[in-house]
Amino acid sequence: MSMHDAAADAARHARSDDRTSGERIMAALRSRTALAIALALTLVAFWLLGYGQGASLSNLLSLTIWGVMLGGIIALGAIGLTLVYGVLKFPNFAHGELVSFGAYGTFTIMALLPASAALRPFSFGWELLVGMVLAMPLVALAALIVDRILFRPLRLRDASLVLFAMASLAASFFLRSVIYLAWGADFMFYYPGRANPALELPLNIRIQADQLFVFLLAAVLVGVTWILLARTRMGKAMRATANNPDLAQVRGINTERVIAATWALGASLAVAGGVMYGLASQLRPEMGWFLLLPMFAAVIMGGIGSPLGAIVGAIIIGIAQQVSSSFINPAYGPGVAFVLMIIVLILQPQGLFGQSGD
Amino acid sequence: MQQIDLARAVFLFLPLFLLGLLALPGRAVLRTVAALALAAVVAWLLPQVFERGALTYLASFSTMAGIYAILSLGLNSQWGLAGHVNFGVAGFYAVGAFTSALFTTTMPEGALAAYSQQAFGLQWPFLGGVIMGGIIAAIVGFLISIPVLRLRTDFLAIATLGIAEVIRFIFQNERWLANGPQPMRGIPRPFDCLFKDPACSWLPQGAVDFLAPLSPRDYVFFYLIVVSLILAVVFIALERISRSPWGRMLRAVRDEEASAAMNGKNVTWRRIESFVVGSFIMGVGGAVYAHYVVSIDYSHFNPLFATFIVWVMLMLGGSGSNKGAILGAFVVWGVWSGAAFMIDAASPALQLISPDLPSRGAYLRWMLVAIMLGLIVLYRPQGVIKERKKVSDFMSDKGDASGEGDDATAEQPARQ
Repeated sequence: MSMHDAAADAARHARSDDRTSGERIMAALRSRTALAIALALTLVAFWLLGYGQGASLSNLLSLTIWGVMLGGIIALGAIGLTLVYGVLKFPNFAHGELVSFGAYGTFTIMALLPASAALRPFSFGWELLVGMVLAMPLVALAALIVDRILFRPLRLRDASLVLFAMASLAASFFLRSVIYLAWGADFMFYYPGRANPALELPLNIRIQADQLFVFLLAAVLVGVTWILLARTRMGKAMRATANNPDLAQVRGINTERVIAATWALGASLAVAGGVMYGLASQLRPEMGWFLLLPMFAAVIMGGIGSPLGAIVGAIIIGIAQQVSSSFINPAYGPGVAFVLMIIVLILQPQGLFGQSGD
Repeated sequence: MQQIDLARAVFLFLPLFLLGLLALPGRAVLRTVAALALAAVVAWLLPQVFERGALTYLASFSTMAGIYAILSLGLNSQWGLAGHVNFGVAGFYAVGAFTSALFTTTMPEGALAAYSQQAFGLQWPFLGGVIMGGIIAAIVGFLISIPVLRLRTDFLAIATLGIAEVIRFIFQNERWLANGPQPMRGIPRPFDCLFKDPACSWLPQGAVDFLAPLSPRDYVFFYLIVVSLILAVVFIALERISRSPWGRMLRAVRDEEASAAMNGKNVTWRRIESFVVGSFIMGVGGAVYAHYVVSIDYSHFNPLFATFIVWVMLMLGGSGSNKGAILGAFVVWGVWSGAAFMIDAASPALQLISPDLPSRGAYLRWMLVAIMLGLIVLYRPQGVIKERKKVSDFMSDKGDASGEGDDATAEQPARQ
C-alpha cells in the first residue's frame, strides 16, 4: 500500500501543477530537509536568545560544549531505547530505570572494591570504571529477567502495542520502587566532597576533565556499538529484525536470541549512561525518569530504530537543553527536549534518519 | 443513637443511595425504591457499627476514591471509548486543580503577598471554579490534540507523558502563577460554614441546632455528597454519550478507523472531540481534589499518584466500562490505603531484614501497584467488567456481546 502511495506521489510530483500552492508548501515543510533546517534554526534562535539575555560568547560556547557532553549521556541511553523500539516495536518506558540501575549498581560494586587514588586530572579512580564494567552484565540480566516475565508472554500472545507500553510502565514503577527500597530516596555521590576543578581551555572555555571523559567514553562506546551492528553477525541480525521481524524469522534468524542480545546491548549502554550522568551530577532514584523524555525525543528525532539518528538527535537535544539554560530556568531542560520532539512530530514523524512510510 | 451520629447518618444517606442505584440490578422504579430503603438502613447502621474515627476515615477514603473515580471515568472516555493512550492524566488533573484554585481564592494582600504569590484570585463560587477547571483543562487538551492526535498510538503515549511533565515543571517553577514550589493554600471549601460555630447566617435555626454537635473535622461527610453528585453527573453523561450516535461513531473510529472514514465520518475531529471531553472530566476531577485538600502544590501531580494509579484503576475495572472505571477506582484505592496499614503492621519484620527498610516502607506500595498492573496486563487485560457493546436501545444485546468484538479494547488492531 505504501508502495502504491509512493508511486502515486511520484506521479503527482511529475505534474505538480494539479496541487495548490498551499499543498505544495505543506509537502515541502514535511520533508527531511525542512526538519533539519527547522532544528538548525531552533538552535541558532537559542544562541541568539542567550546572547540577547547577556550571555557572553565564551559562555555560550562553553554551554554548547557541555551540551555535546550531555548529548553523549543521552545518546548512551537513547541507542538502547531506539534498538528496543526498533526490534520489539514498543516504546520502553522502563529504559530510564535501567539507566538508574546502572548508576546505583556501580555505586554498590564500587563500595566493595578497594578505593584507589583519583586518576588526575579526572576526579574518579579505577574502581568507578571497574564497577561500571561489572554492573553491565548485572543490569543486562535484570533487563532479560523483566523481558522473560513480562514482555515475552505478551510477545507470544501477539498483544497490542498499548499493552506492551502499559507493561513497560509497570516495569518502570516496579524497578524504581526497588531502587527506593534498596538505596533510599536521598541524593548520593560517587565521590562526595572531592574537588573537581575545571580546566581552562583557549577561548576562555571552562570544562571539567570529567566532562571530557564522559564525552570520550560515549564516543568510544557509540563507535563500538556501530561496529557491532555493522560488522558482526548478531548486529546484522538485529538490524534485519528491526527492519522486518517476519522476514528475518523466515530467513532463519532466531528472533528470540536477537531480542535477548538487544536487551543486553541496550542495558549495557544504559549502565554507561547512568554512571556518566551520576558522575556529572548526582545519584537519585528519579534520574532515569528525568532522562526518559530527552531520550525519547532523541529517538524520535533520529528516527525509530536508527542508532545513528539517536546519536545525532541526542547531541542536538543536549545542546538545546544546555544553551536554553542561558535564557530560561534550567529546570525546563526536559521541556525543551519535549518541544523539539513536538516540532519533529509535526514536521516529519519519521525523524531525520528513519525509514519513510510505514 | 446520639445526635452527632444521626447527623452523620443523614449525610451518608445520599452517597449510599447513589451507590445503590449504581450497584443494584432491575427496573428503574424498583431499583430506586430498593436503593432508598437500603441506603436508609445502611446509613442508620454505619454509625452504630463503626467507631466515630473509623467512620470519618471511611468517609474520607470514599471521597478520595470518588475523586479518583472521576479521573478514571475521564480516562475511560479517552481510552475506553476512543482508544487514546493518555499517559499524561496528571497534567490535566493539575491544570484543573490549579485553575479552580486561582478562580476561587482571594488574591493575597499586604504582608501575605510576600510569601504567597498567584496570578489572580477571583473569589468565584465553588461550582464556577470547578467548571472553569474543566474548561481550561479542555482547552489545554484541545491545543495538544491538534499536533499529536493524528500520530500513531505510541507517539501519543510519549507526547502526553511529556505534556504532564512539562505542566508539572511549570507549576513547580513559576512562582507568579500559583506560588511555584510552595503550596497554594487557603482554597475555599464550599459551604464549610455548615460546620463552624457561628453557622451560616442563611441557615434556618432548626438546621443549625441539628448540625451543632458536628465539628469542622466532620466536613468530609458533606464533601462526600458533593463528590458523589459530581461523580453521578459525569457517570450519567458518559453513559448517555457512549450510547449516543456520537459514542457509536467514536467506537467505530477506535476499532475500524479506515471503514469509519470510508463511511464519511471525520475521524480527526471525532478523535479531537473525545480527547477534549476526557480532558474536561479530568480537569473537573482536579478541581474537586483542590477544594478537598485545601492546599495543593506541584508534587501532588506526579506520574505515580495522578497517572499511573488511574491507569491501574481503569485497567482493573475494565476499559470501556464506566461502572468498571468506578469499581476499579474504589478497589485500587482500597488496596493502596490498606497496604499502608499492612506495611505499618509489618514494620518489625521489615526491621529484621534491614534497619533502613521501615522508613522506606511507603515504596512497597509502589511495588504492589506496579505488580498489580503487570498481572492485569498479563492475565486479564479486559478488566473485571467487560465493555458492554450495546449499540442501541432498540437492538438486542446478544449479537454484539459475543464474538471478537469484546477483544477490541484489549487487543486493538494495530493502526497502520
